[in-house]
Amino acid sequence: MVPVSYFIVLSAVLFSLGIVGFLFKRNIVTMFMSIELMLNAVNLAFIAFGRSLGQLQGQVFVFFVIVVAAAEAAAGLAIVILIQRNRKTLNVERVNLLKL
Amino acid sequence: MMMILFFALAAIAVAGAVSLILQKEPIHSALSLIIVMVALAGLYLLLGAEFISAVQIIVYAGAIMVLFVFVIMLLNAGNEERTNFSRMAAYIGLPLAAVLGAGLVYFVGRGSQQVANPEVVTDVTRPLAMMLFKDYVFPFELTSILILIAILGAVVLARREGDSE
Amino acid sequence: MSAFLAEHSLIATSIVKTVVLLFLVLTALAYLTWFERKVVGHIQSRWGPYRVGPHGLLQPLADGLKFIMKEDPFPIGADKFVYFLAPLLSMAVALTALAIIPFGPQEITLFGHTSSLAIVDLNLGLLFLFAISSLGVYGVSLAGWASNSKYPLLGGLRSSAQMVSYELSLTLSVVGVLLMAGSFSLRDFIQHQQGWTWHFLPRWNLFAGPLPQILGFFCYFVAAIAETNRAPFDLAEAEQELVGGFHTEYSSMKFAMFFMAEYANMVTVSCLATILFFGGWLSPFPVAGSWSWTLYIPAAVFVICGLMLIWDGITYTTNIGKVELVILGFALTGVGVLAGTSFAISFVQGPFWFLTKVLAFLFIYVWVRGTLPRFRYDQLMAIGWKLLLPVSLANVVLTSLALVVTGR
Repeated sequence: MVPVSYFIVLSAVLFSLGIVGFLFKRNIVTMFMSIELMLNAVNLAFIAFGRSLGQLQGQVFVFFVIVVAAAEAAAGLAIVILIQRNRKTLNVERVNLLKL
Repeated sequence: MMMILFFALAAIAVAGAVSLILQKEPIHSALSLIIVMVALAGLYLLLGAEFISAVQIIVYAGAIMVLFVFVIMLLNAGNEERTNFSRMAAYIGLPLAAVLGAGLVYFVGRGSQQVANPEVVTDVTRPLAMMLFKDYVFPFELTSILILIAILGAVVLARREGDSE
Repeated sequence: MSAFLAEHSLIATSIVKTVVLLFLVLTALAYLTWFERKVVGHIQSRWGPYRVGPHGLLQPLADGLKFIMKEDPFPIGADKFVYFLAPLLSMAVALTALAIIPFGPQEITLFGHTSSLAIVDLNLGLLFLFAISSLGVYGVSLAGWASNSKYPLLGGLRSSAQMVSYELSLTLSVVGVLLMAGSFSLRDFIQHQQGWTWHFLPRWNLFAGPLPQILGFFCYFVAAIAETNRAPFDLAEAEQELVGGFHTEYSSMKFAMFFMAEYANMVTVSCLATILFFGGWLSPFPVAGSWSWTLYIPAAVFVICGLMLIWDGITYTTNIGKVELVILGFALTGVGVLAGTSFAISFVQGPFWFLTKVLAFLFIYVWVRGTLPRFRYDQLMAIGWKLLLPVSLANVVLTSLALVVTGR
C-alpha cells in the first residue's frame, strides 16, 4: 500500500516543475503546456486527498478541472493563433506592446 | 508490488516534466507532456480512481493534447531561442534551487504524514455517476455551457477576415 | 523453477497468453491482407493473388520478405525521433487494444492460476478500449508532421481531424448498449445477451432488450469504418488524392507497421462489434434439448472445408499446389473430427462462434471497400458531425426512455 504522502510529494514536485517551465520558457505554446502540467499536478493532489478522506468529491472535482482545462485550452490556443497571425512570432518577449 | 509501480510511474512522470522544460522544439515538449499524462493516469489507477484515469486518457491525452499538437503543426512553432544565460546565475542558482527543492519535498512529505491511508475502493463508477447527476448536477450543466462558449469563442477568434457565415 | 513459476503465476500466465495472442494476431493480420486482395479481386471480376503458392496463400510471406529487404530511406530535415516513433506508436496502440478481448467463456488454468480467455479481464474494459483508440490519433498526426513534406502533413492533419471527429460518435453509439448492460466489463456484455426470446431468436443486443440497438449498430459501424481510415472514408490516404497521405514518406518495415496497425484496428473494431451487438461467443442456435445437434456445427464446418480443399487440391493446376492443398485439407478435416469429439466440443464452441462473427465483419469491411466510392473530405466531416452525432445522441435518449418506461 503506497502512503498518500508520496502522492502529495509527487504532486508538489510536478507543480513546481510546471512553474519553472512557465517562468523560463518564451514560446507561448510551451508556456501553455506548463500550465496544463500544473493543472495535472493539482488533479493528482485532489485524488490523493479524496482517497485519504474516503470521499468521492475529489474525483468529482478532478472531472470538472479536466473539463475546464479543455475549454481553456480551446480558447487559449485560438488566442495563440491570433497572436501568430498578427505578430508573426510566438515569442512572448516580442508581444509586449499594446499597440500593434 | 504497488511500490514498484508507484516509483516507476512517478519516475516517468518527473522525467516527462523535466523533458518538457528542457526540450528545444515544442513538438517534443508536447510529446513529453503526453507521457506525463499517461503516467498520471496510471497513478490514478493506483489510487483507485479508475473512471478518472480513463477520462484523463480519453479527454486530456487523447483530445486536448491532440489540439496542442495540431496548433503546433499548423503554426510551425519554431524552436526556443537562445537567451543570454548568466553563468553566475547557473553556479549559484542551480544548487540553491536544488536545496529549495529538497526542502520542499522534505517538508511536504513530513507535513502529509498524518494523512490517513484507507484501503483503496474499486468500483467507484456508479457512485461517482450518482454524485455527478444528483448532488453536482448544476455545475455539470454549467460546464456544458462553458464548453459551448469556449467553442464559439475559438471559432470566432480563429476566423480569417472576410469569411462569410 | 516450477516453484518460482507458481509464485509468480499471474505474470507467467500473462506472458504466455500475450505471446500466443501476438503470434496468432500477427499471422492473422498477414493473412487478412491476402483475404482482402482476394475478395476485392473477385468483386472486380478478377482473381487476386494466384501465383505465389496455391491460391496465392504464400503471398503474405512474399510481401513480408519484400518489406524487410527494401531500402529504408530517411527524408532530409525530418525530425528523427518523431519519424521513428510514429509507426511504433501506431502499432503498439493497435495491438494493446487486443489485450482485453475475451475469445471464449472458458477459464483456463496455467501454472496454477485460473484466468479467463482474455489476456486481462478488466472491469473497465470498454473505457480502456476507448482510451487506447484515442491514443491512436497520435501515430497518424506525428507521421504527417515528421515527414517534412506537404502531402504527408496535409494527409496527417486531415486523417487525425477525421479520427477525432468520429471518435465522438463511436463512443456515444455504444452508450445505449452500456445502459442496457449496466457495466463496462466486456464479459458482462456477453453474459447479458444470453438466452433466447421465443426459444429461437437469440437475445443479442441488436434484436432484444428494451430497445433493439439498430441505430446504435449503424452509428457504431459507420464511425468505426471512418475511425480506422478505411474506404469509403479513406480520402486522407488514397493514392488518387494525396499520394499516400501520412505514410507517403515511409517505406519498408515502417510502412508495413502502419499497414498492419490499420488491419489490427479493423480486427479490434470487429471484435468489439460482435461483443457489443452480436452476442460475442454465444451461439445463435439454442443448445438445449432437441437443438443439441447444433453443438456439432463447428466440427461440421471444419470437415466440409477440409473436404472441399482436398477436392480442390486434386484438381489444381500445379503439382506443388496439389500436394500442399491436399495436406491442408486433411489437416482441416482432422481438426474438424477432433472438434467433434466429446472432450473438445465444449471448448471449441465459444471461440468458433466468436471468430466466425469477427470474420463476417471483416468480410463486410472488405466488401464495403470494394464497392463504395470514397467521400470528399467536407462530405466526410459533414457526415460525422451532422448525421452520426445527432443520431447517436438520439439513440442514447431513446434507450434511456425505453429503460425507464420498462422499469429497469
